[in-house]
Amino acid sequence: MQSSDKKTNQSDSRRDFLKKSSLITAIALTPSVAVKAAENQADERFAELFEKIPLNLTVNNKACKTSIEPRVTLLDYLREELHLTGTKKGCDHGQCGACTVHVNGERVNSCLSLAVMNEGKKITTIEGLSNGDELHAMQAAFIKHDGFQCGYCTPGQIMSAVACVNEGHTNSRGEISEYMSGNICRCGAYPNIVDAIVEVSKGGTEA
Amino acid sequence: MNNQILKDENDRVDGVYKVTGKAKYFAEYELPGLTYGVLVTSTITKGKILSLDTKAAEKAPGVISVLSHLNKPSAPAYEQEGGPAMKIFYTDKIFFNGQPIAIVVANTFERATYAASLVKATYAKEEFNTDFEKAVNDTESKKLQGQPDYKRGVENAYKTAEVVVEQKYHLPIETHNPMELHGIIADWHPNNQVTVYAKTQGVKATQGTIANVFKIPIENIQVKSEFVGGGFGMALRTWPLEIATVMASKHIGKPVKIMITRMQMFTMVGNRPAAIQTIGLGANKDGTLTGITHRAFGETSVYENFTEGVVNMAKFMYQCDNVNTQYTVVPVDLGVPIWMRGPGEATGAFALESAIDEMAHALNMDPLEFRIKNDPERDQQRNKPFSDKNIKEAYRVGSQKIGWSERKNKPGSLVDGQLKTGYGVSIGVFNANRGRASVKGTLKADGSLILQSATSDIGPGTGTGMTLIASKLLGIPVNKIKFELGDSSLPPAPSQGGSATLSTVGSAVNDVCVSLKSTIAELAANSNMDATSNFIDVLKKNNLPSIEVTKQSQAGKERDDYSMYSFSIHFVKVKVHSLTGVVKVDKIVSVGDSGTIVSPKTARSQMVGGAVGGVGMALTEESILDHRYGRYINNNFADYHVPVNADIPEIEVHFINKPDPYINPMGAKGMGEIALIGFSAAVANAVFNATGKRIRTLPITPDKILATS
Repeated sequence: MQSSDKKTNQSDSRRDFLKKSSLITAIALTPSVAVKAAENQADERFAELFEKIPLNLTVNNKACKTSIEPRVTLLDYLREELHLTGTKKGCDHGQCGACTVHVNGERVNSCLSLAVMNEGKKITTIEGLSNGDELHAMQAAFIKHDGFQCGYCTPGQIMSAVACVNEGHTNSRGEISEYMSGNICRCGAYPNIVDAIVEVSKGGTEA
Repeated sequence: MNNQILKDENDRVDGVYKVTGKAKYFAEYELPGLTYGVLVTSTITKGKILSLDTKAAEKAPGVISVLSHLNKPSAPAYEQEGGPAMKIFYTDKIFFNGQPIAIVVANTFERATYAASLVKATYAKEEFNTDFEKAVNDTESKKLQGQPDYKRGVENAYKTAEVVVEQKYHLPIETHNPMELHGIIADWHPNNQVTVYAKTQGVKATQGTIANVFKIPIENIQVKSEFVGGGFGMALRTWPLEIATVMASKHIGKPVKIMITRMQMFTMVGNRPAAIQTIGLGANKDGTLTGITHRAFGETSVYENFTEGVVNMAKFMYQCDNVNTQYTVVPVDLGVPIWMRGPGEATGAFALESAIDEMAHALNMDPLEFRIKNDPERDQQRNKPFSDKNIKEAYRVGSQKIGWSERKNKPGSLVDGQLKTGYGVSIGVFNANRGRASVKGTLKADGSLILQSATSDIGPGTGTGMTLIASKLLGIPVNKIKFELGDSSLPPAPSQGGSATLSTVGSAVNDVCVSLKSTIAELAANSNMDATSNFIDVLKKNNLPSIEVTKQSQAGKERDDYSMYSFSIHFVKVKVHSLTGVVKVDKIVSVGDSGTIVSPKTARSQMVGGAVGGVGMALTEESILDHRYGRYINNNFADYHVPVNADIPEIEVHFINKPDPYINPMGAKGMGEIALIGFSAAVANAVFNATGKRIRTLPITPDKILATS
């Protein structure tokens, strides 16, 4: 795999840091020194310096500028850093769809995408779908058709449903079901979800 | 609205929160100084921890603490002798693979996850067995009575009947797998006050468990759980990992959040236990049942016993003078099971309702006709009348909607190219429970009503149902009523389980509303107002900003006089591909006979959801172990197949919707369990009708259909 210079530099820095820290461990600092280092948050400062990289992206039309560890997923960044908890964690393996968001308009499992892979991209989460208090047509249709019970998979279902309409995969109930099968609903609201999507797509609503 | 598809009724009261991402689940509370816990789990199945090296983890960036049995974080009840065998961090014993043995707490999730990978354990391994079938067949293995044996009339009378069916049915372990991962945020304050944000089906139960383990007054603990991302039974108890998190927060003096992984959902938060059941049925040639014998073995754990109602249904569901049941539990080296939707009754119904279909076939009778012929007028087990039962009507409605008249009694008759069509039916039944609950109602002069109770909503629509009960009684618009739940500081209510919430808490809502109504009437009379005056005017006239009342409600003597159950009939049409053995459920009709339907829209969704769960149970769901290592090998959503959208056909739901005259003021009975109970048998029966192949081991996968034997 070809990696950019920037990435190589990053991983070199990280490797250097790890080497340094194992060296520190190897010369066996006395426990009290180690405690002092911890108290002064020395490891934190190292980590800050070596482990984080800058990131710029747009979330729900707001510019976000941050510095973040490369191993943070887009999902955890949204939930834990930005507190946009509408996007849900259901498996962390891209198998359930609860974390579906739009990246540059396309549906993506945010748990399978590292935050730093989204440099310069435009992210839309469930919180960015409605226009203030005015619900998006898909949100309203989910309420009308009771396309959920516990509500946990719902933001992902709705983000997927909006994309499904935009992709033009709503020509039949069967096609909708097929293209919505990446979003698991354990409460089993599937027929109601299809009803909601049928209504929005038939209504010609711009999704 | 009898027998109509109930649509376009009241929307879910919390719908806007759920579709906008504003609904807050346990992991979504922002607390200052929040830390993250990640579990280290055992890599052996049975034995003892010899050593645990936590040094590298402790030195890793951001790590605050590593807790295990080595440092025994304070938990006063665990410091004493006795109590549960599996006292987390107070034992070096390993009871199952994937058992939590340490928790790493760090200032970010990523750091905690990385540091947890640095903890190394060594073990003294012992012989183990995770194979339930092996344990059942092993004469040396431990076997415990799961329920007292039951006998009515002659034992094993089926054996001497004119027509005999005797078959064995196998169910695998199933995993609840709600979409929300399990976990908790624990925030232990310096003065031994604790706030927890939990994923629980019972805030009071979680509060009680924490009080017991940490020996602090119950009022010191506040459990919040406003939104729960599904439970299906797995959140009916406080699991060791939650205790570990509270220990961690107490130890470090900061809030700690834990959210386990999907893989961990298979090992440490329960499952539907595996079962092996034998059903013996005897009947006269005219189709009269003369004997039912139901013997069941259920899986349990070695460190804690678990039993459920596997053989309940056989005792009363069919008119039969000779019935005997036996239920035995057999421990294996796995995490302790817990009730999963429909619980033991769903396990039992698969066997019984498959056997009933087999008997109908042996008699050359339509299985619907056979069921109707043996439908009981009274509950023979308790020797009481049923409070309300409309099964014959449910059969009539459902059979018409599925197109039962198209069905041929001879299996394999409906063939269209490579597709074979079959129809199946089954019945589901569950005790119509009603417990004790308190509700506080505050009626305000601004026209609003606030109702409060420490109940839960894991998805069925508790708040919606309660709001509709109150709205109907007081004539207050739904949008002026707020039902608050999911907080242990509210008036007490039981955990959400056993299809009892609407009946239990709804009755208290009813009593509160009736009381408020009479108070308003009194106030009106006292102030010379018309008895029908609007409560807003009455309150204003009396210079009262609000009135409030708290009522506790529970069942009375009616339960001594009547046998109370909710019933469901499931009709399923399947198409089976003759070359691949793939079963496609083509149409589902579920009929609910559970008294008054309080909230038609959410009730319908509950029935639909039960059918979807039933499709999974019937066709795909199975937690598979590699018994050499005692580990689950399909512990994720790619390999453990829950139904997805494309697996589910059109589902029609019908309700009898007649009030049960005795159960409670609403005449409404629970339906969460009956939505699923029996469903898997309807699928198996439909597959038999399509192909002539009787699959007695769930799930009904293509290999089983293609197998020649």
